[in-house]
Amino acid sequence: MSREAVILFLRTMIARAYPRIVGQNREPSWVLIDVGLPLLGTSAYVFIYRALQAPEAYIGFVILGGAMTAFWLNVLWSMSSQLYWEKESGNLPLFIIAPGPMMGILAGMALGGMLATTLRALVIVLAGSLLFGVRYAPADPLALIGTFLLTLLALYGLGMLLASLFLMWGREAWHLSNLLQEPIYLLSGFYFPIRALGFWVGALASLIPLTLGLDAMRQLLFPQAASGLFPVGVEIAGLVALSGIFLLAAHQALNTMEQLARREGRLTERRR
Amino acid sequence: MQTIWRTLRTAAWLGWQIESNWTDPFLFTVYSIAKPIASVLILILMYKVVARADFGHPMFAYLYLGNAFYIYVGAVLTGISQVLIIDREEYGVLKYFYIAPIPPEVYLVGRGMARMATGTIAVAITLLFGVLAFGLPLRPSAAGAGVFLLAMALGMLAMIGMGVGLAGATLLAARHVWVIGEAVAGALYLFCGAVFPLEVLPPFLRPLGYGLPSPTGWRASAGRCWAPPPSVSPPLPDGRTPSCWAR
Repeated sequence: MSREAVILFLRTMIARAYPRIVGQNREPSWVLIDVGLPLLGTSAYVFIYRALQAPEAYIGFVILGGAMTAFWLNVLWSMSSQLYWEKESGNLPLFIIAPGPMMGILAGMALGGMLATTLRALVIVLAGSLLFGVRYAPADPLALIGTFLLTLLALYGLGMLLASLFLMWGREAWHLSNLLQEPIYLLSGFYFPIRALGFWVGALASLIPLTLGLDAMRQLLFPQAASGLFPVGVEIAGLVALSGIFLLAAHQALNTMEQLARREGRLTERRR
Repeated sequence: MQTIWRTLRTAAWLGWQIESNWTDPFLFTVYSIAKPIASVLILILMYKVVARADFGHPMFAYLYLGNAFYIYVGAVLTGISQVLIIDREEYGVLKYFYIAPIPPEVYLVGRGMARMATGTIAVAITLLFGVLAFGLPLRPSAAGAGVFLLAMALGMLAMIGMGVGLAGATLLAARHVWVIGEAVAGALYLFCGAVFPLEVLPPFLRPLGYGLPSPTGWRASAGRCWAPPPSVSPPLPDGRTPSCWAR
C-alpha cells in the first residue's frame, strides 16, 4: 500500500468517525436513552440475583455485561445495519463513488462508534457500581485494558463484516438486528458466567468476541469469584485470532459486494 | 359500530402483513422462537448458577411465568406506540390515516393486535418450552382458568390503554421516538416485579411498583392460575431462605 493510499485511508476513517463523536456531544439527551435504558434492564437482572441471594460478585458480572450490551447494540444497529441505513437515506452511492476506500469508511464507523460507546459504557459501569455498591479487584490492570481493547477490535471487525452481509440481506436487516440481540446476550453470557452454558456450547459461543472478552474481563476484575471458560491467556490469544479473521473477512465481503454490484447491477436484494 | 369493526379488522390484517411477511416462513419461525427462548434461557441460567438447577421449585415457576407473560407487555406497548411513527417515517402514510374517516384509537388497537398475535405465539412457545424442557409445574384448573382469562382480558385492556397513550406521546416527542415504548416497557419490567418480588426493591422504590397495578396484578393473577404458590424455602446453595420468599 502506497503512502498516499495510507493517508487517504486514515483521512477517510477520521472523516467518518468525526460525525459520530461530534454528533454525540451535540445531542446530550442520549444520556437518558443510551445510559438509562440499559441501566433499567441491568438493574432488573441485579434484583433477580438479589432475590436469589447470589454472591455479590454476580452483581458485578451483571453490571459489566450491561455495559457491554452498549457495544453489542452499537455494533448491531450502527455498524451492521449502517450500510443498509445509508442506502435507504441515499448516502451509499456517495460513499461508493468517493475516492476514499470503503474499508476506511467502515473503520471510521467502527472508531467513532467505539469511542462514543465507550463513554456510554463507562457511565453505565460507574452508575451501576455506585447504585449497587460493586467492588472490583483488578489483578492486572494492563491485561484488563488490553483485553478490553482486543474485544472491541474483534467485535467491531465482526460489525464491519456484518455491514456488508446486512446490506445484501436487504429489508431483513432490521429484523436480523432484532433477532441477534437476546440470543447473543445468552450465548455470550452477558448476565451469567459463560461456564453455565457448558464447556462445548461455551467454546462454540467463543466465536463471538464478546464471549471471550467478557469472560476474560470478569476473571481479571473478580479473580476470586469468576471461574472462566479458558485461562485468560488463551482467551486473549483467541481474541487476537478473531480480530484478524473478522477484519480480513470484512475486506473480502466488501469485495464480494462490489463484484456483485458490477456483475449483476444490484447490491441488496437477494430475490429478483 | 360497523366502522369500528371494519377498521379493527383491516388494521389488524395490515399489522399482521407487516409483522410477518418480511421474510420466508422458515426465518419467521426461527425469529418467533429464538427471541423468547433466548430471553427466558438467560433467566434460567442465572437461576441455575445460583440455585443449583432445582427447576421444580416454585421460585423457578414464578421467574419463568413472569418472564413469559411479560412478553405481552413489551409487544403491546412497543407495538402500539410505534405504529404512528412507522406510518409517518417509514411508509409516509400518516397524512392519509389522519384524513381517513376512521376512529384513530381503533386503528391503533387493530395494528397492535398483530403484535398481540406474535406475542401470543412467543408466550405459547415459551410456556411449552418450559413444560417440556424444565418440567414447569403448570396446573391449570377450571376455577383458575376463569380468573386467568379475566386477568388476561383486564391486563390486555390496561396495556392497550397505555399503548394508545404512548402512541400520542410518541407523536409529540421530538427525539428518541423509537425507544419510548421500549423505555416504558423496561421500566415496567423493573418496577412491577415481573421476575422478582417487589420486596427486593429498595423501600423508596416499592410504592412505585405497587402504584403500577396493571402488570403487577396481571402477572400475579396469571401466575397463580398456572402454577402453585411457593410453599417451601428456595434452594439456595447455603441453605438460607431469602426473606421475600419465606412463608
